[in-house]
Amino acid sequence: MLSRTASSLYWLGRYVERADFIARLVEATVRLDVLSPRPAGEAAWQSALVVTETEEAFKASGASLTREAVARFLTSDTSHPGSIVRCLDMARMNAKAVRTALTRESWSAINGAWLVFDKRMSRLDSDRTLALVDAVKAETRGFEGAIHRMLRNQTTLFLRLGQATERVDDTARLLDVKYHILLPEDQSVGGTVDRDQWTTILQTVSAVTAYRWIYNDGLVPANVIDLLLSRAELPRSIAAAIEETVDVLTALAKRTGTHGEAGRMARARHARMTKTRTGDVIVSGLHQHLQALIAENDELHRAIGRQFKFH
Amino acid sequence: MGQTAFDEIMGDGGEARPELADLVRWLDETPTDDLRRRQEAAETTFRQLGITFAVYGDNDASERIIPFDIVPRVFLADEWTRLSAGLIQRVEAINAFLDDIYGKQEILKAGVLPEELILSNPQFRPEIVGIHPPHGVWAHICGIDLVRTGPDDFFVLEDNARTPSGVSYMLENREAMVRLCPELFEQFRVAAVDSYPDRLLETMRSVAPRTCGQNPNCVVLTPGHYNSAYYEHSFLADSMGIELVEAADLVVDEDVVYMRTIAGRVKVDVIYRRVDDDFLDPLVFRPDSMLGVPGLIAAYAAGNVAIMNAPGNGIADDKAIYSYMPEIVRFYSGKDAALPNVETFRCREPEALRYTLDHLDELVVKLVDGSGGYGMLVGPTASKAEIAAFREALVAEPHRYIAQPTLALSTVPTLADRGLSPRHVDFRPFVLTGSKGVQVVPGGLTRVALKEGSLVVNSSQGGGTKDSFVLLDTGQRPVQSQVMMGGSMVQEQSL
Repeated sequence: MLSRTASSLYWLGRYVERADFIARLVEATVRLDVLSPRPAGEAAWQSALVVTETEEAFKASGASLTREAVARFLTSDTSHPGSIVRCLDMARMNAKAVRTALTRESWSAINGAWLVFDKRMSRLDSDRTLALVDAVKAETRGFEGAIHRMLRNQTTLFLRLGQATERVDDTARLLDVKYHILLPEDQSVGGTVDRDQWTTILQTVSAVTAYRWIYNDGLVPANVIDLLLSRAELPRSIAAAIEETVDVLTALAKRTGTHGEAGRMARARHARMTKTRTGDVIVSGLHQHLQALIAENDELHRAIGRQFKFH
Repeated sequence: MGQTAFDEIMGDGGEARPELADLVRWLDETPTDDLRRRQEAAETTFRQLGITFAVYGDNDASERIIPFDIVPRVFLADEWTRLSAGLIQRVEAINAFLDDIYGKQEILKAGVLPEELILSNPQFRPEIVGIHPPHGVWAHICGIDLVRTGPDDFFVLEDNARTPSGVSYMLENREAMVRLCPELFEQFRVAAVDSYPDRLLETMRSVAPRTCGQNPNCVVLTPGHYNSAYYEHSFLADSMGIELVEAADLVVDEDVVYMRTIAGRVKVDVIYRRVDDDFLDPLVFRPDSMLGVPGLIAAYAAGNVAIMNAPGNGIADDKAIYSYMPEIVRFYSGKDAALPNVETFRCREPEALRYTLDHLDELVVKLVDGSGGYGMLVGPTASKAEIAAFREALVAEPHRYIAQPTLALSTVPTLADRGLSPRHVDFRPFVLTGSKGVQVVPGGLTRVALKEGSLVVNSSQGGGTKDSFVLLDTGQRPVQSQVMMGGSMVQEQSL
């Protein structure tokens, strides 16, 4: 496979996943906002900017911190490189560059996702935001479905590699949202609002039911963290995504003979992860742990580029 | 103009051509709304699949679909037989011409063409002189633009021997028609076009350098996804199952071309390039270009790679050379051209220039190196200011222009705002040349001017496309054999 093709497939996987994540993040934020007593709702939108590392960019855009402004910034703002529409734009550009590697179904799924924004530049109230976000989620789901119907060859492996690498980053950021939202002063840890906030995080990764199946307790924050961090049965957990990168890199090594740094880093990360206990993470600081994960993931990302000669 | 033109379906008199009475009945019986619905469904699919072309300098809509018209244009079997013979003769001559002009230059020695017309032509590439492409094939894929003015009057408007595009539309338009109007294919025996990618791949493999073994590695070279015809490039690579590469994916080492893959370099034997000569190799052509593959032409000259179409082909489809094509055909085939040219005034000749200047309001004037409807004056519909501007340009640089009479291009019923209405069309068939000879794919791209009375069919100027049916001779129906394979019916059709 051409190195350029591999690179485009990897980025395609990443950008679709990122678009899906931003959609889920916006959805979570709408809910967190609704749950917060005014004017504390602002904090939810603030946190969405913090976890996507776009506070500065938002400030520079000159908009004030309102629900509608942030929602637009994160979804349909074509001048903001981290918005959903720009992610889909980049996904589509990469898909176009490797069109021959994709099936018609996969390509038209990307194209369809991109077209979602064609007619939706109107006012973004909560309803419309949620509808938009739902449409994006449906389209990216369609893409994942289409990928699963493709030949299980290098093409899908690179798509999955991008997807999994992005997912580690995204889930870490999502889990970190909770760190940035302070509870209103009259609320206690473990109180109604706190619980609602954790439930929202679960909803965001479609894991409310999964939670009930795995944990017999009621809603316990430590369990939510455990589920998203280290339960590989949950496809969106960090553990599942880390395992996936190892699997894909191993499969690529087998098929193409490309062993290297990225594979070694991924296996080492996986080995460390299996020894990490959620309880210890919470005690020593979840936020710091997540930040370290994000930094480490970025290093792996660069190693992948070197190993497969992306540049 | 519009009223007097020959109609491909309705003939001269407004009554259906007898062979096409069934088609006219279909048009009469299908409600306009129904036709419109089907047409819109086709366009939605094109949009969904991203079957688009880019319009340069158009920021608002950098990607557009080409409007599709639901009413096909039709060739009768005997019309097609005659056309094919003429096309094969012409493309054989083009190949012989290229081989000669970059070789012994006998046509110049014989005085058939003015020498300076070739040697000082920017499309003539001195760098190519003496290079012999594998198997002697130069113009592997030709798109010969034809217009028609009457039942037996076909004229060649342009020979495209560089990187002719449009074949993906030929195939996608047929897909759409089969899906949306299946009844037409029950009624008419239409020659299949979907073997085109297989034939193209066959052509590619047949011209591979003899040294490269049984399984030549073939690729399509694209300038990239910003190119207006990128969809077609990816479509072709995809339907042939070969790699679509950009220049940056290729590297030349010791006169051998490789592509860069995740597992290292892989040798490349045949390149179907959709990149202009200028951007092929910065060591030979434009050094300022960041595109291109350094050393590609050296590898080609060494006989290690086949490039199709061959570099230097531009001299064969140059508009200044075009006017000599009848002489060129006669020189190489010893016979008169079966397909005539449109009468052409070479403005470089004083008498032709004088005539052109006197008749600007009747003529179509074209830049010899213009394309896609740019740099063109359509006299009868041009404003006084446009004519004045062209007059000035002509007087300043007459050698850059040719002029042709405005022909009464044939029409085909087309779905317009107020129902079916005749619109002017042209036609681009695709002619393939491999090491075993020349073949014409039974079909092609019909372009239609959607504006009433307009003669400009270019997609960049708002033209649309139609499917082009080549009817099989019903008298020869036995040539179709049907084979049952794995439960599905495979039809073998031959012409």
